[in-house]
Amino acid sequence: MTETGEQTLLEVRDLGKQYGNVVGCAGVSFDLWPGEVLGVVGESGSGKSTLLRCLSAQIAPDSGSVNYRLRDEGMCDVHALSEARQRMLMRTDWGIVHQNPRDGLRFGISAGANVGERLIAVGARHYGNIRADVTDWLQRVEMDEARMDHLPGTFSGGMQQRLQIARNLVTQPRLVFMDEPTSGLDVSVQARLLDLIRTLVSTLHIACIVVTHDLGVVRLLTHRLMVMRGGRVVEQGLTDQVLDDPQHPYSQLLVSSILPV
Amino acid sequence: MTGKTIAGYNFAYLDEQTKRMIRRAILKAVAIPGHQIPFGSREMPLPYGWGTGGIQVTASIIGADDTLKVIDQGADDTTNAVSIRSFFSKTAGVKTTESTTEATIIQTRHRIPETPLTEGQILVYQVPIPEPLRWLEPREVETRKMHALSEYGPMHVQLYEQIAAYGRIAATYDYPVMVHGRYLMRPSPIPKFDNPKMDRNPALQLFGAGREKRIYAVPPYTTVKSLDFEDHPFSVESWEHCCGLCGSGTSYLDEIVTDDQGGRMFVCSDTDFCNQRQAQGFRGPLNSEAAE
Amino acid sequence: MYVAVKGGKKAIENAHRLLAEERRGDPSVPELSLRQIDEQLSLAVDRVMTEGSLYDRDLAALAVKQARGDMIEAIFLLRAYRTTLTRFGVSEPIDTAKMTIRRRISATYKDLPGGQVLGPTFDYTHRLLDFSLAEEAAPEAASEVSVGPAPAMPRVAELLDQEGLIEEETQPEGDGVGDVTRNAMTLPAGRDVRLQMLARGDEGFVLALGYSTQRGYGRNHPFAGEIRLGEVEVSFTPPELGFPVAIGEITVTECQMINQFKGSAERPPQFTRGYGISFGHCERKTMAMANVDRALRARDLGEEVTAPAQDEEFVLYHCDNVEASGFVQHLKLPHYVDFQSELDIVRRLRADFEARRMGEAAE
Repeated sequence: MTETGEQTLLEVRDLGKQYGNVVGCAGVSFDLWPGEVLGVVGESGSGKSTLLRCLSAQIAPDSGSVNYRLRDEGMCDVHALSEARQRMLMRTDWGIVHQNPRDGLRFGISAGANVGERLIAVGARHYGNIRADVTDWLQRVEMDEARMDHLPGTFSGGMQQRLQIARNLVTQPRLVFMDEPTSGLDVSVQARLLDLIRTLVSTLHIACIVVTHDLGVVRLLTHRLMVMRGGRVVEQGLTDQVLDDPQHPYSQLLVSSILPV
Repeated sequence: MTGKTIAGYNFAYLDEQTKRMIRRAILKAVAIPGHQIPFGSREMPLPYGWGTGGIQVTASIIGADDTLKVIDQGADDTTNAVSIRSFFSKTAGVKTTESTTEATIIQTRHRIPETPLTEGQILVYQVPIPEPLRWLEPREVETRKMHALSEYGPMHVQLYEQIAAYGRIAATYDYPVMVHGRYLMRPSPIPKFDNPKMDRNPALQLFGAGREKRIYAVPPYTTVKSLDFEDHPFSVESWEHCCGLCGSGTSYLDEIVTDDQGGRMFVCSDTDFCNQRQAQGFRGPLNSEAAE
Repeated sequence: MYVAVKGGKKAIENAHRLLAEERRGDPSVPELSLRQIDEQLSLAVDRVMTEGSLYDRDLAALAVKQARGDMIEAIFLLRAYRTTLTRFGVSEPIDTAKMTIRRRISATYKDLPGGQVLGPTFDYTHRLLDFSLAEEAAPEAASEVSVGPAPAMPRVAELLDQEGLIEEETQPEGDGVGDVTRNAMTLPAGRDVRLQMLARGDEGFVLALGYSTQRGYGRNHPFAGEIRLGEVEVSFTPPELGFPVAIGEITVTECQMINQFKGSAERPPQFTRGYGISFGHCERKTMAMANVDRALRARDLGEEVTAPAQDEEFVLYHCDNVEASGFVQHLKLPHYVDFQSELDIVRRLRADFEARRMGEAAE
């Protein structure tokens, strides 16, 4: 999976976050390569959401570091960047797909504007071109471009998630964080959305970190997997290996409790 | 030269400390074109919302040998312009004028004079809402951050939405501008027709918002560019008619209802400009009188 | 032919004369004196001083007379006058613990040292219009009883404080206290600025916000710990002397609310506080102010901000009635130039729409 000569995109070392006496996450370390999809699974309270928020610079960790390879500058500590640069990173090289579309979309502007906003934020000033790019992206996420001027609230949950994905991918990010991207959607909608994500991610060579409690999602999307419990990573490895031959007792418990689809 | 002022009040009403505080704010504003500077706005004898910001700016810069012009909607004799001019007559005793070319300080609400300004003149705008991002983001804490980080995307997104909905940009007055390529600014509710006059104007342009307590400035010869898209360039209002009194085809026209059957006529909003043209012999189609 | 309307100046002068006539009303009716207003409409004077941020009964009475009883207009007059006054300096903080008490009540204790002193209050009156007031008659004198020296009146908050049951009021950090009348407010605001804005904020607005907290919009479980009304001494340290001298006495109303207790892993639970104060006798205002003060402390106390009364920007930007009145009423000013702009675009858009429709019909 690591191509010859390719460098790591993200290096996380000993990351930890406490909330008073409660451990959010602790001692998390891993590397991520371009185009690689990493899954983080665990039940509620396992620390996976806290981990995701620390990784995506939404909150500051108490210990450890998150290092990202910027396009022109090499590795840097994400939390040492100024707020201005963090905000810029969020809008260009990174994406976040939230569990709840309300957190990832602006409901007061049209679907097209949601996708075009990031292009405008990085300097696009030709209405016709912006419109064409937006149309192209809506098609790629299999949305009806005739509805591009409708408000997000008029779309179904599945469509809102597709819109979130388009909004994030339009600036061709190299790293996308996903927090339970398909939970809350019904099963057939989930399946089609996961298929879409898998295709886009692989075609565009995007690295992803996908947080979920759903082992079916990781099976379909991810190359590697980390299992979390009580804020710590109890097992990590290739997805298929961890799911087919879990070593840690907790992983075994998790795997054995999936209902066969 | 100076007339009598009201007993017991300082020249131009404000005490010298306050004027100094405001001038410091003005200097900061001039040093950072288009950026809003907070200042300790005082309650004035006119209500907030009626020009107290402009009045405080004028009061801080006016001197005994200045000549003051005050306009509202382009006219010298609208009620608020009369009221403000009389305020400065009473408290500063300065010479006042209706002529744009004779004035050293022009305080204005909602228009820029048609007659081009010159170096050494100061145009003081009355501003109701100084923050250009206010309708997109009600929080002051967030808009300050957006200015600091030059995050002006949402303003362009709003124009994009207008084009998507109407086929053209629908903003008409208080049209947002970029000043000196750095700060997004609200020019005050002047019609977009007047925006081009702000660009590289030889005069100093000062903006006062009393209720919101902000001052900002555009120094002489500074670039001021109205926001637009490459394929939807900024455009101004136009009329099929010319001014009924002086015949001007280049000035902003007021629409006057003359009867209840849809009768209309169009007249220059800038009364001084119109009067000067008529004095020079120009006549519009509805002006049947010969030059007096 | 059309002649541009002139004579705005004359029209304004005549409007002023008409206003002066309306203010005086029927000349055969005796004119109001400032003393009458101060004595018999004293609560109006109190409100105008409080929201005008200026303690001067005569000036406030004059403002009430000139404003024809419109409170917000009177407050505006007093504030505008205040702008012209020279500032000598800042007084020592008044000590309400040393107040000459005229009224002092607490809802949290049935009885307490110093007792419940009802003082002059509407509270227990039956709101029946008293038609005897329609004629002029001298009221029954309140009975006079001789009392010994004033009893000790420790604050309720101090009683709770002895047991450590209530949070302490802490001094603000940094240099001194902000002054919203001299410097533009910046956000987030410190408690000193919030209290100033609320003290001079519109009573109706603050009342509605305080009310909303009691109805669940940011409920903070208030008890009226203590309400005091009385006179306090104002002292000032002139730089030439270097020690404080008493320069006079003012009447204030003070309200301390005792609110929802809070604890954490490190500290045992304590009651929290809200504070309200006004010039003169403005009880309703101080109580509402204390509720809103406590609501605005949500952020400092680690509470979730969900309700309007807890939203600092919303409350502080809209509580000043002089600002609000000015801006709302400014809509009366001519806006015809901007309206012309709007007419232009709407006509254009309608023309575009028609053109498109005809274009589609032709296909």
